[in-house]
Order: sequence, then structure tokens, then C-alpha cells
Amino acid sequence: MIAYIIERVIQSLLVLVVVALVSFAVFQFVGDPVQQMIGQDTTPEDVARMRRNLGLDEPFLVQFARFMGNVLQGDFGVSLRTVRPVNELIAERLPATLELSGMAALFALVFAIPLGVFTGLKPQHWLSRAFLALSLVGISLPTFLIGILLILVFGVILGWLPTFGRGDVTRIGFWTTGLMSVSGWKSIILPAVTLGLFQLTLIMRLVRSEMLEVLRTDYIKFARARGLTNRAVHFGHALKNTLIPVITITGLQLGGIIAFAIITETVFQWPGMGLLFLQAVQFADIPVMSTYLLLIALFFVGINLIVDLLYYLVDPRLRADRNALERGV
Amino acid sequence: MLARMLDSDIWHSFRSSRTTVVAAAVTIVMVLAAVLAPWITPQNPWDPGALQLIDAFNPPVWSKDGSWQFVLGTDDQGRDMFSAILYGLRVSLTVGFLAVLFAMALGIAVGLIAGYVGGVTETIIMRLADVQLTFPTILIALMIDGVTRAMLPADLHNRIAVFVLVFAIGISNWVQYARTVRASTLVEKRKEYVQAARVIGLHPALIMLKHVLPNVMGPVLVIATVGLAVAILTEATLSFLGVGVPPTAPSLGTLIRIGNNFLFSGEWWIVIFPGITLAVLVLAVNLLGDWLRDALNPKLR
Repeated sequence: MIAYIIERVIQSLLVLVVVALVSFAVFQFVGDPVQQMIGQDTTPEDVARMRRNLGLDEPFLVQFARFMGNVLQGDFGVSLRTVRPVNELIAERLPATLELSGMAALFALVFAIPLGVFTGLKPQHWLSRAFLALSLVGISLPTFLIGILLILVFGVILGWLPTFGRGDVTRIGFWTTGLMSVSGWKSIILPAVTLGLFQLTLIMRLVRSEMLEVLRTDYIKFARARGLTNRAVHFGHALKNTLIPVITITGLQLGGIIAFAIITETVFQWPGMGLLFLQAVQFADIPVMSTYLLLIALFFVGINLIVDLLYYLVDPRLRADRNALERGV
Repeated sequence: MLARMLDSDIWHSFRSSRTTVVAAAVTIVMVLAAVLAPWITPQNPWDPGALQLIDAFNPPVWSKDGSWQFVLGTDDQGRDMFSAILYGLRVSLTVGFLAVLFAMALGIAVGLIAGYVGGVTETIIMRLADVQLTFPTILIALMIDGVTRAMLPADLHNRIAVFVLVFAIGISNWVQYARTVRASTLVEKRKEYVQAARVIGLHPALIMLKHVLPNVMGPVLVIATVGLAVAILTEATLSFLGVGVPPTAPSLGTLIRIGNNFLFSGEWWIVIFPGITLAVLVLAVNLLGDWLRDALNPKLR
């Protein structure tokens, strides 16, 4: 068990170092940030001085080593575009993205599980068929199109909800939240629905197929034979057994939510990390881009690791198989 | 030949699913419309000389101020939306097809080598694939596109934007092909015909291409069909974010990006029609992919 954990952790760390090296190496060749900062009357001496100040005149490996050393101390350098520390920028944007992603995931789970259970229990009901057809359409609609349609209907035609920004934001320590004001809640509805809709369809279909599978098993038949109520059978026995894959997939999808937040944040002008990243790409702002990639990598690798370990804890069969393998059986 | 095809299992399973027939029909109509666009559109939307500013913001034909001259209305520059959509469909389908071909070629080559050669080569390739799988394709495509954008002069980048996109989308999608091909290659490699080919001293490259490859193509075709839908969506998303094809030769995604600016002023048709076209195309291709997966799956026969 401990060997397994250590092996997975080392693998994850290796992935992180590779991602850091690759992202840093690639961005070394991206444009020349100094060129974008100078005006017409900047002298060559000024250019050389700016280069020196930004540390751009040193060898590649020195720059990378310094970058990694600083990263480990929580210092991500200075944004070339805004000339502000990157960790300050990220700290400013992170709450917006996390809040949006959290609400999106919550929205997806709250609707997906009941819908999945319903379509699983009554596969022939016309409502189930309607939900399934709708979910196929939902998968085929790109995120940005869903956002645009929602803006058109609820923002422009009906005029019920705001279509950009976070609304009134309250500051609590280093965290800013939009969830303390009415306008903040109103503002988060459309982006969260846009971001969560794909996950909703995915989880709903997953719960449905798992339910269909579980309902065919012997222990469900036996539970019915013992005369348990439908409610106890469906929710106490069937649903519980479908939840393991659902938890796994939801965990893995969290990464997808963060990535697709780039698109949603662009559509709704949501002041989060995705928007920051897109602006950084357009400006060749290397420190911001590498920091974003590193954080995303850390996040993804972390999620994968946790899911792997959870699997190991939750499913005793995995452990048994592994022990058998190790004993050479 | 035709008679044999019409009598095959696949054809029967195709005929018996009404959704699939409709999806195939829609796909064929859209591909034809895209190919024939220069001959069936009333206007060349990429030719600034053909546009009249006085025609700007015409609503579609069924609204009060619509006219039959512009069936789906016009945008801010007097561009006929119907023509623009067909030309956009051309770009979207071209990028999609090329990206799938590129990803497929790369994935098959890498997968064959990993499966057939094995050893350290296999470990390195599959580890790389694992690392890439940790990240969503859209993020990788966005990064590659952003990096090339910053490396090349803006002028050059605009001219080769389509190829940059194909490259970015292809690179971000090769892993699935590689994994599938590798898995099938591992199975095929142990079979007698490969052993025989080896014994008579054929070159490994020849064995891989002529003998193993044809036997691992089935699952690849399924991935490619679904992959086409994914590639078209990725292209549209990148173009929507403003890092895809330039607005001088807009794809469906670019059209949606442009139309998005007029959402609040009430010109909904500039964004909605390209959006519907994109959604219907992707849905149709997805349905075809679903059917193909079931039809080629021996377990379900």
C-alpha cells in the first residue's frame, strides 16, 4: 500500500517537472516581450537595461533553475504585461474561477443525479426519452454557443439576468466573493449553467447506465423478493452502488471544468484565471502563461492522484487483485 | 461490388436505423454544400468588392423587412449570411478533415511502433501519451496555437493560420489513435501471419504497414468519425476565442465570434444561423460515429 502511494506520488512529481520544463522551454521561444514594451524613442541602452532587469539575458538553464527555485518559494515572477507580481494577479483572479467552477459542478450534480435515477428507473417513459434526446443535443452544442444562446434568451430578450462580470463583490481577507450580494448571485447563474451543462449531461447518462446495470443484479432482485419498498431498493441499494463511478468521473471532470472555464469566462467577461490566461497568450506574457500552466498541471495531477488513491481505498477488489499479483498467483 | 455492399451486415444495420440515415443525409448535404459553395451561393462573401454597405443588417426573409435577395439576412458589412455560412462550412470541414487525418497518421504511426517494437520506445511513447491525456485537448490546442502565434510574424501567421490550426488540433488528438492502435498491434503481433512474415525476413516497416495496419483499422475508423466532430468543435472554439482562422476567410466559429458583437443590438440572425449550422453538423457526425461504433462492434452483433 505504502509502496503504491509512493510510486504514484513520484510519478506525479515527474509529470509536474516535465510540464514545467516543457512550458518554460516553449515559452522561451515565444516572441520578445521587450519588443512589446518599448516605444519609438526607447534607446538601445534602455532596451539592454530592461532585458537585464527582467533577467532575459541569461542562459536558458539558469533562467529555468531560477524560475523553479522561485516557484517553490511561491514567487512566480513579474507579469510582463502589467508589471505586477504574478502571484498577486493569480490571487486576484483565482477566487472568481474557483467560485464559478464550484457552482458549475454543484449545478451539474444537483440536477444530474435525480435525472439519471429517473431515466434509469423508467427508461421507457416519454420524459426519459426527452431528457436523453436533449442530453445528446447538449453534448453536440459547443460551450460558447450555449453561453451565447443563454445570453440571448435570458439577457437580451427576457432581460432577467446580467450577462457579464461578477456583480457586487465582497472582500473577505484575501478572498473575494460574489456570493454575498444579490447581483453576485444573479451574475453567476448564466456562466455556471453554461459551464456545468456538459458535465450535467455526462453525469446524467453515466448514472442512468449504471442504474440500468445495477437494477439487473441478483441482490436487487433479492431485495425486492424480501419485500423491501421500492424506495429502499432504489435509493438505499441501487443508487448507492452507482455512486463510486459517479464520484470518480466527477472528480476527473473538475479538471475539464477549469479548462472550459477559459471559454465561459470569455463569453461572459468573467474576471477569472481563464480570461487572464487568454490575455497572456495574446501578449506573450511568459510568466503568467507558465504559472497558469503549472497551476493547472498541479491541479490535474493532484486530482488524478487522489482519484487513483480513492479507487484503491474504495474498491477492495483492486487491493485483492494487486496482492494476488504480487504473490505471483 | 455494389450488390455485395448492399447485402452486407453494415448496410442492413444502417438501413434499419432511421436516425442514422437522417444523420448521414444531413452530413452529405452539408459536405456537398460546402464543396459546391462557389457555385451555389449568390455572393462571394470573401470578396470585399462584392459587398454593399447599404445592404448591411438585413433581417432574414421571413421578418418584416426581409427580402429574398438575402434569405438568412446580412451582417454589418452587407455580407449575405447564407453565402458566408456555406463558405464558413468549407473552412470548418477542411480544418476538421485535415486535423483528423493528421492526428490519425501520427497516432497510427506512433501506436504501431510502440506496439510492434515494444521495450523502452513503447514506455516512453505511452508515458508521453499518459501525460498528455491529463490535459484537456482544448487547452493543448490553445497553447500550441498561442505559441505559434507569438513565434511567427502576424502577417505570415494569418496566411498559414489554417495549417497552424490543423497542426494544433492534430497534436492535441493523436493519443486516442495511438492507444487503440498499440493495443490492437499487441494482439496482432502474436498471431501466426505476423510470425510467418517475420520468418521469411520481411522488413519490420513492411510488416507493420502491409500486414498489421489493415487489421487494426476498424476501431481507428470509429475514433476518426467521432474525432471529426471533436476537431470541428475545437476549431470553432479556437476561432471563437479569436485564435483560430482570421476573419478574412471566416469559419463557422469566426462567424459566431463576429455575430456575438451584435447580440445586444438585436441582430440575432448574424450569430444564430452559423451557430445552428455548427450544432447540426456536429450532432449529425456524432450520431454517425455512435452508429459506426455499434455496427463495427462484434459483441453487439
